[in-house]
Amino acid sequence: MRFAVSLLSVLGVASVIGTVLKQNEQYENYIIKFGQFWFGLFEKLGLYDVYHSGWFLLILLFLVVSTSLCIYRNTPSMLKEWRTFKEHATEKSLNAFSHQETYSTQAAPDELKQKLTQFLAAKGFQFKFRAQEDGSELIAAKAGTHQRWGYIFTHVAMVVILFGGLLDGNLPFKIQEMLGYKRIETLDIPESQVPPESRLSILNPSFRANMTLPEGVSDNVAFVRVRDGYLVQELPFRIALKDFRIEHYATGQPKSFESDLVIMDPDLKEPITKTISVNHPLTYKGIAIYQSDFQDGGTKLNFKVWNLFTPNTETQSLDGAIFQNGVLGTGDDALKVEFNDFRKFNIINMSPDGKGKPHNVGPNVTYKLRDNRGQAKEYVNYMQPMQIDGKHYFLSGMRETVQDEFRYLRIPVDSDLSLNGFMNFRATLLDASKYQEIAQRIALNSLDVKKEPAVKKQFEASIVQLLSIFAKSGYSGVAQIIEKSVPEKEREAVARTYIRMINVAAFEAYNISLAANNKPLLASNADTEALLRDSLNAFSDIFFFGTPYYLQLEQFDHKEASGLQLTKSPGQKWVYLGSVLLVLGIFSMMYIRERRIWLSIRPNRQQVHFAMASNRKNLDFEKEFNLYREQLRSLIG
Amino acid sequence: MNNNSLEYQQKTLLQSLRWQDWLYAIIVFAGSIFAYTKYAQYMDIYETVFLFGAAALASYLGWQWKGLGKLVLAVGIISLFSISLYQGDQARATQAFLLKFLISSQSAIMWMNVLFVLAMAVYWFALYKRSDFSGKFASALTWGAVLFGFVGLMVRWYESYLIAPDVGHIPISNLYEVFILFCLITALLYLHYEQKLNTRQLGGFVLLVINAAVGFILWYTFDRQAHNIQPLVPALQSYWMKIHVPANFVGYGAFSLAAMVAAAYLLASKGVLTSRLPGLDVLDDLMYKSIAVGFAFFTIATILGAMWAAEAWGGYWSWDPKETWALIVWLNYAAWLHLRMVKGLRGPLLAWWALIGLLVTTFAFLGVNMFLSGLHSYGTL
Repeated sequence: MRFAVSLLSVLGVASVIGTVLKQNEQYENYIIKFGQFWFGLFEKLGLYDVYHSGWFLLILLFLVVSTSLCIYRNTPSMLKEWRTFKEHATEKSLNAFSHQETYSTQAAPDELKQKLTQFLAAKGFQFKFRAQEDGSELIAAKAGTHQRWGYIFTHVAMVVILFGGLLDGNLPFKIQEMLGYKRIETLDIPESQVPPESRLSILNPSFRANMTLPEGVSDNVAFVRVRDGYLVQELPFRIALKDFRIEHYATGQPKSFESDLVIMDPDLKEPITKTISVNHPLTYKGIAIYQSDFQDGGTKLNFKVWNLFTPNTETQSLDGAIFQNGVLGTGDDALKVEFNDFRKFNIINMSPDGKGKPHNVGPNVTYKLRDNRGQAKEYVNYMQPMQIDGKHYFLSGMRETVQDEFRYLRIPVDSDLSLNGFMNFRATLLDASKYQEIAQRIALNSLDVKKEPAVKKQFEASIVQLLSIFAKSGYSGVAQIIEKSVPEKEREAVARTYIRMINVAAFEAYNISLAANNKPLLASNADTEALLRDSLNAFSDIFFFGTPYYLQLEQFDHKEASGLQLTKSPGQKWVYLGSVLLVLGIFSMMYIRERRIWLSIRPNRQQVHFAMASNRKNLDFEKEFNLYREQLRSLIG
Repeated sequence: MNNNSLEYQQKTLLQSLRWQDWLYAIIVFAGSIFAYTKYAQYMDIYETVFLFGAAALASYLGWQWKGLGKLVLAVGIISLFSISLYQGDQARATQAFLLKFLISSQSAIMWMNVLFVLAMAVYWFALYKRSDFSGKFASALTWGAVLFGFVGLMVRWYESYLIAPDVGHIPISNLYEVFILFCLITALLYLHYEQKLNTRQLGGFVLLVINAAVGFILWYTFDRQAHNIQPLVPALQSYWMKIHVPANFVGYGAFSLAAMVAAAYLLASKGVLTSRLPGLDVLDDLMYKSIAVGFAFFTIATILGAMWAAEAWGGYWSWDPKETWALIVWLNYAAWLHLRMVKGLRGPLLAWWALIGLLVTTFAFLGVNMFLSGLHSYGTL
């Protein structure tokens, strides 16, 4: 037993590891987190999937064996205790009891015997008589000895539960893997090319596999994730997904995920059609099919592609679909576009303090841009402008690795809630031929400079120069120039002047772009100031956007895929049986109290001796003993 | 001889029932039939069974423990009265006088908080002054807190349906709601033993842990607006929630009670407050009893959870952090009971263990949600 208890402790500690260290993540994440050395060590120890590692299974196995031994050793004595009345107790041993009382009586032995047995029966005791050599008679009684079954039940329950658990574990695969019959597939190859040693046949008695079915597609294999690879689980039937639906509450949170499935099997006269949802799986041929998650099923997308660094507003159209690739640009600069995910609903809490209600901000698309050296940056673009602090922006996030947070380019909307205003403004700012015009307009409005031609000229030249620096690298370029050419003391003042100049120039540039598009001009007010500030920030940020291409999502044809989980678990009924035994065992162990009473009628001494014992001494027992002692006194006396 | 035998003959439960007890059971069942006629459309077969099962359980417990019977009736009457004041309009919670200040779900829960704080103060005062009257008053305050808490939950249940019929659900679905449940169950368990073992001196100790939960509820309400009723995520839309969660909280409540008794035990065994607290044997017995109850219910809750998981997540056991920590809690108290029942161990070691066990339990209950991620992620802070 000590061994079993220490095993349980080890099990507890091992379990803690599995909760602290996130299990079954992508192996790259572990490498980044721990570094190569620790990653390798932890991998050897199986810490990324503790609960399926060899040593963990070994502990469980030991636990089964040691508990079984415990049961084997102790059950006979438990059964004996359960059955026996302990009628062979000697007077000497009874006299040594801590709970006893002797009554003197004149009553006849037969009368006493009748009274006492009635008393015992009323208290729910079973009893047995035994004549002693000295002419006295011993009544040995017991109650609550079923408690002993509690011990047997709880321990058998543990074995049964662990046995069921092992049935559903991956022990068969582990053994086959060790013997070299099976191996996990780690390459991302089409399912049909996965070799037989990485496939599990339909005869596999227990598995937990996943499959992703796009709408209108059917399949008869599922995938079992193992460590950093997978196995292909073949199914004895084919599943088709007719439709996947997400329903939402009025607040936007998801209310239900449902899949309309069709099961096709030659054994069936007609295919089974059934809708599954979370908490409502479908079981067919011993395989339970669960609604587990969902993802995109290859949504078709259409983008308007802007080149952020050209001084014009020409766009090109790009078609694509999730899980497919496209190309932007040509030659060495060509970028591969990998469309990764599309989400129609995004419930986000946009309030700055996090206290507001989350709401739907509309569709977004996630894609990667990969250059010909294989380097990729990941982007997430929202289709509709988002409201932040009362103003609307188009958001596009960029990150270089999955560990990073997305950094967002926030493009302010124009008066039509569209991107065009910013894009026209951007083109104007990039167009060096417009700088002179901008500079002249500013000079015209400036009382100090417009009178003196020389000053005016110099002033205009400096604005043109400032604009060309800003157009090349944004605020950071301006900052660099200041750092290089201005003494430290004056930097702040110069910077302030430059920023003011840039803002004034932006006002003119924006109006030039508006005029060119026959739009009403900006007035000088606070809204305009905010718009210009946001536009300049966005302009300055495109130099950190990592790519010249801005993909504006124009249209989509939504196609979803349902994530199904398929399990076959023959151990489940064993686990449930064990659970029932466990509950029965625990209740009988704790709430059935074993008590024994010995009443010895000693006619030759005109005495009745009362002794009482319990295998657990506690307050209830004390109370009961005191009660019986007094009741017996009045009964006998 | 017949007279003699009558003296020691123990009455069975049914024999000991008076007409009031039968009336009580009839009212409870009439109430559940009323609820059934009103809400049958929202219930599946399991939930119907639970409704009448709950009525049977309330009858049985009310027969065994008359105080609980009175509580059930009072909760029923006040909740119905409160619901009638709503007139089907949620806005009336802040308009109708009685609702706004007394028995709307939010107000009732606030009253619960206030009464628990008061009860703790009075319990400690009673312990300090050795005042029997104050002790009784503290018990009454605790009963009052429990009454308001249950009314708050019942009315919240109704309120959730006022938001929208598809939002309606039993209020034990998030951290805010189960914290209230925790307070109520812990308090009820304590009141039960207080009456049975006459241990009014322990009230101050037990209310410490309850008021810690009250503090959390207040912070959660005012800082995080957690009292707003949220619709259920798909995984929680199941009848299993109605049995899994309460069973779990009987476990958590009983373990917390045991830990507080253990604290009292440790103080008393060191000579602190010894003359004011119950005897060490009584404390030891109470600690054992409450761990036993907790363990039994925690086992059932974990098994129910496994069965639910088999239906919702595709497997009865996924080594989700919450499941794993439930196992650790279970192993911890299994070892405790093992030492006491099989090895016959007693004394401060077990008390320390029960006290530290509360840390493990708290981590399983709260820490997992705060620090670890997993399938039980609907209870985040």
